[in-house]
Amino acid sequence: MTSLSRDDVAKLAGLARIQMSDAELVALSNEFTVILDAVARVQEVAGADVPATSHPLPLRNVFRPDVVIPSLSPADALSGAPAQEEARFRVPQILGEE
Amino acid sequence: MIRNSASEMASKLASGEISSVALTQAHLDQISAVDADVHAFLHVDTEGALAQAAAVDAKRASGEKLSPLAGVPLALKDVMVQKGIPTTCGSKILEGWRPPYDSTVVVNLKKNGIVILGKTNMDEFAMGSSTENSAYGPTHNPWDLTRIPGGSGGGSAASLAAFQAPLAIGTDTGGSIRQPAAVTGTVGVKPTYGGVSRYGLVAFSSSLDQAGPCARTVLDAALLHEAIAGHDPKDSTSINAPVPAVVAAAKAGNVKGMKIGVVKELNGDGYQKGVRDRFEESLELLAAAGAEIVEVSAPNFEYALAAYYLIAPSECSSNLARFDAMRYGLRVGDNDGASAESVMNLTREVGFGREVKRRIILGTYALSSGYYDAYYGSAQKVRTLITQDFNKAFEKADVLVSPTCPTTAFKIGEKADDPLAMYLNDIATIPVNMAGIGGMSLPSGLAEEDGLPVGFQIMSPVMKDDRMYSVGAALEAALLSKWGAPLLSNIPALAGSK
Repeated sequence: MTSLSRDDVAKLAGLARIQMSDAELVALSNEFTVILDAVARVQEVAGADVPATSHPLPLRNVFRPDVVIPSLSPADALSGAPAQEEARFRVPQILGEE
Repeated sequence: MIRNSASEMASKLASGEISSVALTQAHLDQISAVDADVHAFLHVDTEGALAQAAAVDAKRASGEKLSPLAGVPLALKDVMVQKGIPTTCGSKILEGWRPPYDSTVVVNLKKNGIVILGKTNMDEFAMGSSTENSAYGPTHNPWDLTRIPGGSGGGSAASLAAFQAPLAIGTDTGGSIRQPAAVTGTVGVKPTYGGVSRYGLVAFSSSLDQAGPCARTVLDAALLHEAIAGHDPKDSTSINAPVPAVVAAAKAGNVKGMKIGVVKELNGDGYQKGVRDRFEESLELLAAAGAEIVEVSAPNFEYALAAYYLIAPSECSSNLARFDAMRYGLRVGDNDGASAESVMNLTREVGFGREVKRRIILGTYALSSGYYDAYYGSAQKVRTLITQDFNKAFEKADVLVSPTCPTTAFKIGEKADDPLAMYLNDIATIPVNMAGIGGMSLPSGLAEEDGLPVGFQIMSPVMKDDRMYSVGAALEAALLSKWGAPLLSNIPALAGSK
């Protein structure tokens, strides 16, 4: 049986960039014990000789003609921006003060 | 007028008996009358719909040749972007967002003169089987308002059953078109993967997502299918081949000499008695119509659900990373000096609901170093085994059939706290998405024990979507002559309904 501790879930939530309360972390860790048990069944039949399928269509390198077509105007692209400045997306600080 | 099929409405429009403006207004009136109870819609575009209808009427008056469904109204699932119209995907993180472009499906609808009434409710980012995961409250099943309308496309299916729209667009990642169709007594089709463009369909699980038609009759679904399908250079996974002749197949409804394979593993234990009874009855009707019924086995289908709940969350954890509070949508905690990372963390905490968070975390785990092979890698191998099972089964049969879901509609709230019980709803629909083949659900009657609709599922090989329309139309005709009236004529009247 696989289980994920509260701290394991907290680490995953950090990787997924989702803040979570302690109660949520504990609840998820309990649920995951049950869910992981159920999904781990895939290992029963996934032998080394079985090839993996990542996608239903056998597509490779799909191209279209390299021609200029109309695209979003800056105003349209910025139309849903939470904040903007000088026709650009305004975002919170990404790098440290140093 | 609103109880007609879309094709009946189309002929009345073509003959000039009714105008698209009057038809659209009648549906808008029905939405006003019943949607407080049903809650199928998240946004109704009254002005836009009437303007589209007036434009179609004007073109018709000027003698322009129009598409078969021109002037007929439609409800659009809120996961499909439409320029300038709020698109939330049932999530708080996109509340108030108005997309700056049209999805290819919307472009095709507009090209065909189909009038878009508004956007329908859904489980947040299409993750769910009951529409209870919408951040804007659940949709209620018009057959019994205390029950779920299925999900994730519960709004689209409910709008058809409540006569708010004769056509709707759904999307199906693990059954989100077919399961709502089954529990609302309507028709829903998941085309072959790649048959309908995904451009402008907000991605949940890219290798499984497929948009398709929802309607009240098989022919209506076929007409809508033909209107939205076809190759799209904007979607690299769109199939560059002619659209299967689905309308011709639905019109002919001929199953003489066809081999119909009953999938042994998608029946029996866990399936409600009324569901099994209606299924057996439909098989007898198809045999009487000239089809040969054979049994097929798909031993790996029992692993499909487990594989799906690894593949879909894995792809979703990656796809939903785009909701980062930077370029559009909700932004929380952007105070002086707050870092981008803390803004993302806070925004995603507030913006995503419980099921979405659960799946993102599960996917993050399944893809993480050290666990990838055991989980995501193994699930991909199961996907191969399921496709092989289908290939073998299609050597013995032209189409495969099963009940669409194990039970009829359950009560709102009944399974909300048990994710695994909820996931079991999709046990018969998921294999189709894993292999990328086509799947249809159509009503096969009411279960005796609860008087609620039961769905019959038809599965067809890649790009042989016409076959499921042949079988669906034949079964629909046989059931209609048995019942004397469509199944939806049994639906209880909603308060205020026209």
